[in-house]
Amino acid sequence: MHPILKLVSQRLALGLLLLLGASALIFGLTEALPGDAAQAVLGQSATPEALANLREEMGLNRPALTRYFEWLGGIVQGDLGQSLTNKLDIAESVGGRLNNTLFLAFWAALVSVPLAIFLGLLAVRYRNRWPDKLISAVTLTTISIPEFLIGYVLVYFVAVKLGMFSPLAMINDSMSLGQKLNSIALPVMVLTMVVLAHMMRMTRAAILNVMQSAYVETAELKGLTNFKIIYRHALPNAVAPIVNVVMLNLAYLVVGVVVVEVVFVYPGMGQYLVDHVTKRDVPVVLACGVIFAAIYIGLNMVADIVAILANPRLRHPK
Amino acid sequence: MSDTLLKVRDLKIGATVYPPGEKPHDIEIVHGVSFDLERGKVLGLIGESGAGKSTIGLASMAYGRGGVQITGGEVWVNGRDILTTSYGDIRKLRGGEVTYVSQSAAASFNPAKKIMDQVVEAAVEQKKFSRKEAEARARELFAKLGLPDPDNIGERYPHQVSGGQLQRCMTALALCPEPDLVVFDEPTTALDVTTQIDVLMAIKEAIADTGVAALYITHDLAVVAQVSDDIMVLRMGNTVEYGTTDQIINNPQEEYTKALVSVRSIEHEEKQPTPEPVLSVDGITARYKGLNFDVLHNVNVELHPGQTLAVVGESGSGKSTLARVITGLLPPRDGEITFAGRKLSPDLKGRTREDLRELQMIYQMADVAMNPRQTVGTIIGRPLEFYFNMRGAEKRKRIVELLDEIELGEKFIDRYPAELSGGQKQRVCIARSLAAKPKMIICDEVTSALDPLVADGILKLLLDLQKIEDVAYLFITHDLATVRAISDSIAVMYQGRVVRYGPKSQVLSPPFDDYTDLLLSSVPEMHLGWLEEVVAHRKMESAGN
Amino acid sequence: MKNIPISAMIGLAFTALYFLIALLAPVLAPYGMAEVVGDVWEPSSSQFWLGTDNIGRDLLSRMIYGGRTTIFIATAATILSFVTGSILGFLAAVLGGWADQVMSRTVDLIMSIPTLISALVVLAMVPVTIPVLIIVMGLLDSTRVYRLARAVAVDIAVMDYVEAAKLRGEGQSWIIFREILPNALSPLVAELGLRFIFAVLFVSTLSFLGLGVQPPLADWGGIVKENKDGIVYGIGAALYPAVAIATLAISVNLVADWVLNRTTSLKGGRG
Repeated sequence: MHPILKLVSQRLALGLLLLLGASALIFGLTEALPGDAAQAVLGQSATPEALANLREEMGLNRPALTRYFEWLGGIVQGDLGQSLTNKLDIAESVGGRLNNTLFLAFWAALVSVPLAIFLGLLAVRYRNRWPDKLISAVTLTTISIPEFLIGYVLVYFVAVKLGMFSPLAMINDSMSLGQKLNSIALPVMVLTMVVLAHMMRMTRAAILNVMQSAYVETAELKGLTNFKIIYRHALPNAVAPIVNVVMLNLAYLVVGVVVVEVVFVYPGMGQYLVDHVTKRDVPVVLACGVIFAAIYIGLNMVADIVAILANPRLRHPK
Repeated sequence: MSDTLLKVRDLKIGATVYPPGEKPHDIEIVHGVSFDLERGKVLGLIGESGAGKSTIGLASMAYGRGGVQITGGEVWVNGRDILTTSYGDIRKLRGGEVTYVSQSAAASFNPAKKIMDQVVEAAVEQKKFSRKEAEARARELFAKLGLPDPDNIGERYPHQVSGGQLQRCMTALALCPEPDLVVFDEPTTALDVTTQIDVLMAIKEAIADTGVAALYITHDLAVVAQVSDDIMVLRMGNTVEYGTTDQIINNPQEEYTKALVSVRSIEHEEKQPTPEPVLSVDGITARYKGLNFDVLHNVNVELHPGQTLAVVGESGSGKSTLARVITGLLPPRDGEITFAGRKLSPDLKGRTREDLRELQMIYQMADVAMNPRQTVGTIIGRPLEFYFNMRGAEKRKRIVELLDEIELGEKFIDRYPAELSGGQKQRVCIARSLAAKPKMIICDEVTSALDPLVADGILKLLLDLQKIEDVAYLFITHDLATVRAISDSIAVMYQGRVVRYGPKSQVLSPPFDDYTDLLLSSVPEMHLGWLEEVVAHRKMESAGN
Repeated sequence: MKNIPISAMIGLAFTALYFLIALLAPVLAPYGMAEVVGDVWEPSSSQFWLGTDNIGRDLLSRMIYGGRTTIFIATAATILSFVTGSILGFLAAVLGGWADQVMSRTVDLIMSIPTLISALVVLAMVPVTIPVLIIVMGLLDSTRVYRLARAVAVDIAVMDYVEAAKLRGEGQSWIIFREILPNALSPLVAELGLRFIFAVLFVSTLSFLGLGVQPPLADWGGIVKENKDGIVYGIGAALYPAVAIATLAISVNLVADWVLNRTTSLKGGRG
């Protein structure tokens, strides 16, 4: 087998294994900690008899392992179980919300990725001069403020003071794309600022690393123009680390979405999750946890696979 | 004068340094250097690290590496001062008129592109040749430089050929655009000695065939003497001496040049073996964990008290592995080690404190062999404390004695390793091992990271200390000049086996086995025409076979 | 002390100031933490420097007490994550073999789930109290410290000076405490700063989501939650914590940067 195929399939297998492990870990946490679904439904003041009855009814008295595999089997078939609080099918509630979340994350990525790469290049081009220092000072500030506060700062200054965009990001299916985009403008801005800092810093480091390599010096000493040096020699080697950076930050973005959705009361997965954590609705928390973990693990896996595919030593073995 | 290709006048080069805890400031690293190079001639630039030789070489392409800037003087190439010309003109100069061969071809080739694309790039870019012509020329150069399969090697990626081959590809890259001048920056330093000679000869012939002029930068005077017409000796950014190769080698004027020429001229009389060896290695076979082949095969050597056994070989010969086996870091699969009359446990854990004390080790990289958070006093004092339970004034007195023995003195006792020069660091490491009053010290390439004159000082010190302390050395090295200078007996290693072993006089006298012959004849000698003699000799031999 | 650069000086001064305010909160705060002293969302005045909050409490006092809570929780969680993470990390590096494998793979698994998600899952099960918050945050974050400590220790453990100590016959404790630890300290201290900032951001986020510090106790994230409804009316009370968190985080960052630079410069000279 070609070594690259072997490595990629190994990485895929590892991803699946991690996913399985993560689901077990999440399920295990809810098992190992005091309190369970029955307790959550009845509250702290419930009588022991009522608790026992409900546990019997919900099947919580069966061994944890049995219930884990039932739950896992359900997920594989698209059955995420039933919410405790409103008795609705979780898969149904999640469907539309997941779409909304991915919609928000997609636009945030679409804005932040090119911007981060552009700023990263700019910082490298003017390294240690004022544009670089300005960019690094601004990014240092944005990573020093939590997402939700950036959100409110923007709401206060942009929506309230300037009267631009809506402070609440309500969207529904009857809206046109333009209306939707107007509605999510502020959350997209927040998410962009949050991931931009990390992504831009990592991109800067990745490009600098390549630009300081001996083969770029060789290219310079061949009398190539700056454009050709970057296009022919730096870029082919910088693509892999940059894609890697982008993937890692997209994974981060998906988590950042959780908090930002709460700020803007956006009907996505994050708000759904936080809501049901407050209500101690265990099945919903489990389902959302596994979905977020799956997206996170998946993006990290893609990042690793890109790095493998881009390595010339692996692509052209001896 | 019309033949002058490169004219450098009063060249001054500065750099910005960033000392920790201080403001960055500019310093001058080259202080007004002048020289001329005629068409088709080779000028050797030689000096220790920090002499500014690479910086001067790159200045002939109007290039400053990192924060380096040319601050004054003139550099004339083909009749124009390249320090005042436009950037567009400099681009035409680089890769067209002047090209560059770096020390590390492995790093200088783009890992993502095929060799051929990179070799012809400058020639095509500078419109010297069409792509097709350039490729034909590249294949011609590959053949001339002795690369295997010259028609197809260009289709490979850099990591698919060996280090010596890639260094030749880099030479092809530099020669392909038919430049007027090539800057060779330590092109053979990273290579094994037997590979170096082939690359050196290939470069020399290529220079002669193409009639190109060259700046040949190296720290090795014996190497530069083989390829250059003139030599400039540099030290700390100043010209020490500038003259023809013949004059520099055979009639040096300056003290510094004389020292460089006479380096490794230490006289050491071979001692006779004693009946009772301090160390005997019997039938050692070893492999690393996780590997399915042996890196040492049935090694047998002996070391006698107060004497030096040199273990010599190229990278991958197993010489450092042998040291790990003797110290107990790598238990062997087979064989045993007898030390000071007792059988040593194969594993470090099974050895007594006495075993450990009497068998000390000095490392190649003194930098990382000392804890950066400990002072010289702590470093040398710890063995005294650990083995002899010395404390307080008694310990300090002994530390000072040891510091005197290594010619540093008491004032060094509170310094940290980072405050020492390379040679001083290695001296402290020597003192640390002597503090244990060992019967034997393993010296693993202890001079190979040092500049020649500093290395010479260390070797002299080791020989003096051997007389005083009556300690035996197992001296691991790839450098035959060092071996000649200090050993009493020699073991030549090749691919995990000892291929030749005996007293120095015997090992270094014919008849030789093939490998020892190759190794010995590959060591550059400090006389003119050595390279041609060796190559002619080898051709004759292979014709005879 | 004379070699500290200006930026680190400023960082140190501000960090010290914040910790001091946290310690002396009851002395410094003009009013009680939960004391209703004025109208809802009064603007800033000589009486209430920062104005009042959503139920008429003095915002400056809330901010001072809130800082105390936030900094206390973050500090405790950081200490917990450091002690656990670095001890286990060093242990994994020195022991190697299966012990290292078991610990490292477990950490890989925990880190494959985003920290916020893990925290939410746990907080859905147990009642949210301050000790619970500290333990959850500290243990989740210790995975990062573990990785760093292990990596640093593994790097140092293969150094020739450690090998020299082994060849001398030194015991395990000399090697860990005299050879490895002094050299691992600087990167770990720099990381300590970063982990502290992360803990401040994390506890604020949890409180904002209603899953951290519970009212009436004040903390910076909670102040945002309480006053967020004022924002649409142009009342900026919810934004003060942003300033406080950002200045604290930047100050700590400056100190961490300096510590890290000092480490790398050790190779060159002792400046």
